Amino acid sequence: MKTILTAALVSGLLAAAGAGHAQTDPLQVRSWAAACANCHGTGGHAQPGMESLAGANKDEMLKKLMDFKSGAKPATIMHQLAKGYTDEQLSAIVGWFAAQKK
Amino acid sequence: MDRRQMLQAASAASVLGLTAGCASVGGGAGGKVVVVGGGYGGATAAKYIRMWSDGQVEVTLVEPNDAFVSCPISNLVLGGSKQMADITTSYDNLVRRHGVKIVKDRVAAIDADKRQVRLASGGALPYDRLVLSPGIDFMWDQLPGMNKPGAQDKVLHSWKAGPQTVALRKQLEAMPDGGVYALAIPLQPYRCPPGPYERACQVAHYFKQAKPKSKVLILDANDDVTSKGPLFKKAWAERYQGIIEYRPKHQLTDVDAASGTLKFDFNDDVKAQVLNVLPPMRAGDVAHNAGLTTANQRWCEVDWLTMEAKAARNIHILGDSLQIAPAMPKSGHMANQHGKVAAAAIVALLAGRQPNPLPIYNNTCYSFVSDTDVVHVASVHRYDAAQKTMLPVPNSGGVSAAASELEGRFAMAWARNIWADTLA
Repeated sequence: MKTILTAALVSGLLAAAGAGHAQTDPLQVRSWAAACANCHGTGGHAQPGMESLAGANKDEMLKKLMDFKSGAKPATIMHQLAKGYTDEQLSAIVGWFAAQKK
Repeated sequence: MDRRQMLQAASAASVLGLTAGCASVGGGAGGKVVVVGGGYGGATAAKYIRMWSDGQVEVTLVEPNDAFVSCPISNLVLGGSKQMADITTSYDNLVRRHGVKIVKDRVAAIDADKRQVRLASGGALPYDRLVLSPGIDFMWDQLPGMNKPGAQDKVLHSWKAGPQTVALRKQLEAMPDGGVYALAIPLQPYRCPPGPYERACQVAHYFKQAKPKSKVLILDANDDVTSKGPLFKKAWAERYQGIIEYRPKHQLTDVDAASGTLKFDFNDDVKAQVLNVLPPMRAGDVAHNAGLTTANQRWCEVDWLTMEAKAARNIHILGDSLQIAPAMPKSGHMANQHGKVAAAAIVALLAGRQPNPLPIYNNTCYSFVSDTDVVHVASVHRYDAAQKTMLPVPNSGGVSAAASELEGRFAMAWARNIWADTLA
């Protein structure tokens, strides 16, 4: 039974991986954005001392992140974190924050 | 059939059971989740499962403590610039805002076959999926003298923030000026790689003001400082010259608490007025005792797409108890990230959807080298489908150029935000 089950799990995971390559789905982007919440607050609603991202302008956020990534905009930490994401991933993430209520 | 085989069989049965169960909930995200441990990993998972299932999944958090006490920032309590109240957060918002049920108890055992946890005070909680975020426990058998009566009350670890944080601060306050505080660090991996070196800075900061003739002696089993090495060494040389002494390659083998003596494999004994011993660590007891420490009987291996234990598919494990992925630290920040991966995967699986095939998350870790000045290390981790693990994204991450007050303000903003993200 273990073999059958392993096969079933493996095929399930392969299906999952295949589905993900086609197009980033909204729940995936929500998960990526949630990784920013540790500093920028749940849903982008920050506590004092950090920038809130919820409902901010998408283009402005993206420009800022791209400038962090290129080194055009100096930072303590964001230039290091922005380099961990593709341009498409950054665009999807700021799109999610821009769509949240302020 | 050993314990692990039983778990595998039980987990196999539960997967089949769940598949059948999914049909009956018609694609909705109903179900029962029990979360064990209300630290950075467990509390985050509990909150996000409730949020992301729109309240459809029932979540019960089993946690013995009245409130959350943060390990990050707790070294500042030892240094005297923060109080316990500053690092303590109530669980009330998890209950009031998110509808998490809290059971103040410990888990005595996991019945994977019946899909329930048995509580220390009696009774059991059934689950469809179980989340374990048990943090670390200590391998006291590797330091025989620490098992003598009273030894663990005298020689503290203070590596779980709480009563021992307060007790160590009292020992430091009671120590006469001219005394020595000795901090023993175990071989990697252990909880919070830069934590011991930050602690040395904080104790030295206190001594510099209150007991300038006193010393901080760091006895590190590792070959060198394991995290932010150049930044810490710069701080020690520039800020704590003559106070902090760093000795690498000091592998602690035993402790004589009565005489205040540390014993090493190759080095001379060290006597000090205050001993602070970080023992070798492993996954928390509840995971270890359930046969889930599949890596060296010490750490739990997981599927990084769902955080499910390799030994039991519907048990999700988070945080410091994990066999870490390459370059992934055992940190509160990382446990919070694990909690969200598990929450998303659990809500998806209970609704019959596939989990996110590409988790990406980051770690930021701030260390205070004084009461105001801070250095950081940051990294971004992305799932690698070929290697089935999380890998650091090439050319991302890094450390501070230098310690600064600006990063000190960001560090406290980080703390406020992650406490709120985890608990509010």
